[in-house]
Amino acid sequence: MSNVEPGRHLPLESLHESAGARFGAFAGWNMPLTYPAGVMKEHLHTREKAGLFDISHMQLFAVEGDEAAAFLSHACPLDAAAIGMGKSKYTVLLNEKAGIIDDLIITQLSATRFMVVANAGNAAKDEAHFRALAANFSVSLEALPRVLIALQGPEAESVLTNAGLDLSALTFMTATEPKPNWFASRSGYTGEDGFEVAMPVTEAQAFVEKLLADERVMWIGLAARDSLRLEAGLCLHGQDIDETTDPQSAGILWAIPKRVREEGTFVGAEALRAIHAKGSDQKRVGLKPEGRQPVRAGAPVIDADGTVVGRVTSGGFGPSAGHPIAMGYVAKNLAEPGTQLFTEVRGNRLELRVATLPFTPHRYRKG
Amino acid sequence: MTKTLFTSDHEWLRMEGDAAVVGITDYAQEQLGDLVFVELPEVGRQVTKGETVVVVESVKAASDVYVPVDGEIVAVNDALSSDPALVNNAAMGDGWLFKIKLSNPSQLDELMDEDAYKATI
Repeated sequence: MSNVEPGRHLPLESLHESAGARFGAFAGWNMPLTYPAGVMKEHLHTREKAGLFDISHMQLFAVEGDEAAAFLSHACPLDAAAIGMGKSKYTVLLNEKAGIIDDLIITQLSATRFMVVANAGNAAKDEAHFRALAANFSVSLEALPRVLIALQGPEAESVLTNAGLDLSALTFMTATEPKPNWFASRSGYTGEDGFEVAMPVTEAQAFVEKLLADERVMWIGLAARDSLRLEAGLCLHGQDIDETTDPQSAGILWAIPKRVREEGTFVGAEALRAIHAKGSDQKRVGLKPEGRQPVRAGAPVIDADGTVVGRVTSGGFGPSAGHPIAMGYVAKNLAEPGTQLFTEVRGNRLELRVATLPFTPHRYRKG
Repeated sequence: MTKTLFTSDHEWLRMEGDAAVVGITDYAQEQLGDLVFVELPEVGRQVTKGETVVVVESVKAASDVYVPVDGEIVAVNDALSSDPALVNNAAMGDGWLFKIKLSNPSQLDELMDEDAYKATI
């Protein structure tokens, strides 16, 4: 076990320490991986009640200015002015080859003001990319120092209301600023109904302690965050999508409006149109290992003849599914659910089936 | 009652007749978290100290378990195939992994007693 301290610490680290968290390095941060309940109980608790995640490693950016919408519609395959007030949209930052630099959630707060939530590991890269593009626009980009928590699960709304933060008016992928310098959205990374709430660091501890006082709330670490999102079929950037994968093969073209894809002038537009015209060779799919043995990221996907036809990009065990689960890319002609494929783990051939994502049904509050 | 011996890699070993029962320590199972799969060796396999003979898989990752002595695998804990969490619940007892017939019993002298092991963790 390594004792090397990673660079960055969560503002509420002492709260996690007193909760008995086991820490590990993730994206340059010292992050709670599990708490004494353990990944299995944490995972199931989130689907049954309310799981509390400290995701302050993620970065909020406020984008503001007369040309904020035009800027974001150039940086991302997006019609930012058409998102709608208080609405959030899943989108991506593309490079010139339409490779995915990061995936983001962008919320429109007014005609000239937007909130961007970026992944921890990509935040510095995203900021540099945004700043380079922003030079040609009348826009300001500000990285906001915030504590960001997620409360996920069927009891999340009621817990927040009892803690004095009534977000019941929000529906899935809508957001609000409930207090000065706070930002709350009905969204998450678990497939459950839930919320992500950003707040000033100075106000965070009192609020989080209020949430923890509710017996329905349990701290959830990164290990369960990963098993929850994998069951929900959601991509992890750096694993399931990266700068070498494009939105089409990743199966996230739904996030790009057709008109934007066809006519947009966003970075990577030409490359994406070319990929779309030609079609991609590979497709992201769910993969269900047929036994009890988990299949991990990096394992090859092979056909009955032993030919490599794809790769596993995320894999583990699904506590709610009750069996191993995985996600990866396979040749497009083998992407039909039910297709029998194989992998090799430590020299043993294991059977996989292409599976429909998500493994666990989404339970978003769509209003 | 024979005493339990330990390795610095968090395996334990206890003599039962002419074979030794081997498992991972309670500390190790706690570090690994909830186990979902245990890959056990073939009975009859000849193994050498330090070799990977078992792979324990948690929700998140796979970890190797090394054999602490030379010998022949004479039994494995089949209960783990349907209930890998036995290792979490009873690492030092019902969650044992395999039994090995020692070919070189003097290797036991290289293992630690409980106090020495506890001082390492």
